[in-house]
Amino acid sequence: MNDRDQIVSEAELNAYVDDELPADRRSAVEAWLATHPEDAARVAGWRRQIELIRERFGHLASEPPPQRLNIERLTHRRYGAIAAAIAATIAAFLIGAGAGWSARGIEVAAPSELARYTTDALVAYRLYTVEVRHPVEVPGDQRPHLVEWLSKRVGSPLHPPELDKQGLKLVGGRLLPGPAGPSAFFMYESPSGERFTLYCGRIKDGQTALRYTGGDQNAAYYWVDQNLAYVLSGPAEANTLREIAQAAYDQIDRRSPPPQG
Amino acid sequence: MSEFREQIEAAIPALRRYARALTRDAETADDIVQDTLVRALRSEHLFHGGDMRAWLYTILTNLNRNRLRTLARRPVLAPIKDSDVTTTGPDTGGRDIVRALEMLTEEQRSALLLVVLESLTYREVSEVQGVPIGTVMSRLARARNEIKAYLDGERPALRRVK
Repeated sequence: MNDRDQIVSEAELNAYVDDELPADRRSAVEAWLATHPEDAARVAGWRRQIELIRERFGHLASEPPPQRLNIERLTHRRYGAIAAAIAATIAAFLIGAGAGWSARGIEVAAPSELARYTTDALVAYRLYTVEVRHPVEVPGDQRPHLVEWLSKRVGSPLHPPELDKQGLKLVGGRLLPGPAGPSAFFMYESPSGERFTLYCGRIKDGQTALRYTGGDQNAAYYWVDQNLAYVLSGPAEANTLREIAQAAYDQIDRRSPPPQG
Repeated sequence: MSEFREQIEAAIPALRRYARALTRDAETADDIVQDTLVRALRSEHLFHGGDMRAWLYTILTNLNRNRLRTLARRPVLAPIKDSDVTTTGPDTGGRDIVRALEMLTEEQRSALLLVVLESLTYREVSEVQGVPIGTVMSRLARARNEIKAYLDGERPALRRVK
């Protein structure tokens, strides 16, 4: 018996079932199971779970996919009607969900103007990042037009940061109502589909450092520079959020003229 | 058709299987697969080689997480529609495991399905979920214990499927 030095952990039992153990541990686990009926029963139960899951869902992979998943159709974008229907459905429940979320919002002691920006920015983040076909009004490949238009509406020259080094490309932007007038909303996307947004609008406060606010799912870094409030939002668990926010902050800060007087 | 598109096309049946198990709703699942495909096709320039399947599962998993964020706070506890069950067959064992999957958190369910249904390795799942392998392993262990507790506790009171 090998029991003396070979205590088998629950993690190893799982790895055994999933065929993720190196050969030497595999035989150790097998020896353990031969003398530990309770663990052997657990392993058998887990294997039964796997069978149930495969029985229940496995056949779906041999079903022919429906027409709407035809790759040629999707490539040539001949799916206007379906897309519109889906967009309408998504919009219908998003409006409700967005409102509910803003109510439980992020925790602020007294809602300052900047806090209202942050709340609005996170609501916009949640509302638009789930959009597949209409996330923005003007796509990122029309960057000069996008920046000119939003700068004019916000009433201040805007310079959305270049975040290519952080692996993000500009999806585009849109105009949104903000706490104190029109706000600009820029969306960026990573190769795996994680989205980050930069929301900005005019504000009375002059200047602040980079600050953080986190919910359980989304988080944001926000700051004020040259009477513009900026909120950079992303998934709360993305550990790149701080790096991205810092890069955006640095680029915007570099563009600011030195303080006068 | 380009090799990129061919690879995407080849993955569609498996993506549908994963999406269906993840969402437990046929329409929602195909919506998410469609969104995944549109996004992948649009992002060809962002795919720098590597494992196409893992990339597609990552996009799908992210889209589903985004979808759940827009739903109620604990959507995993939403009841299964009877229509869903009747259209997917009379297998009472199936209903059992479907309800058991409902009890899991999104991360647990995704980890378990990627391993047991999609045959991804722990390392691949850790890339898809963006967490260390140890986290994947604890999600799997918790998922299995939850399912066992559910199946054991519910068995005598199981509602019959007509």
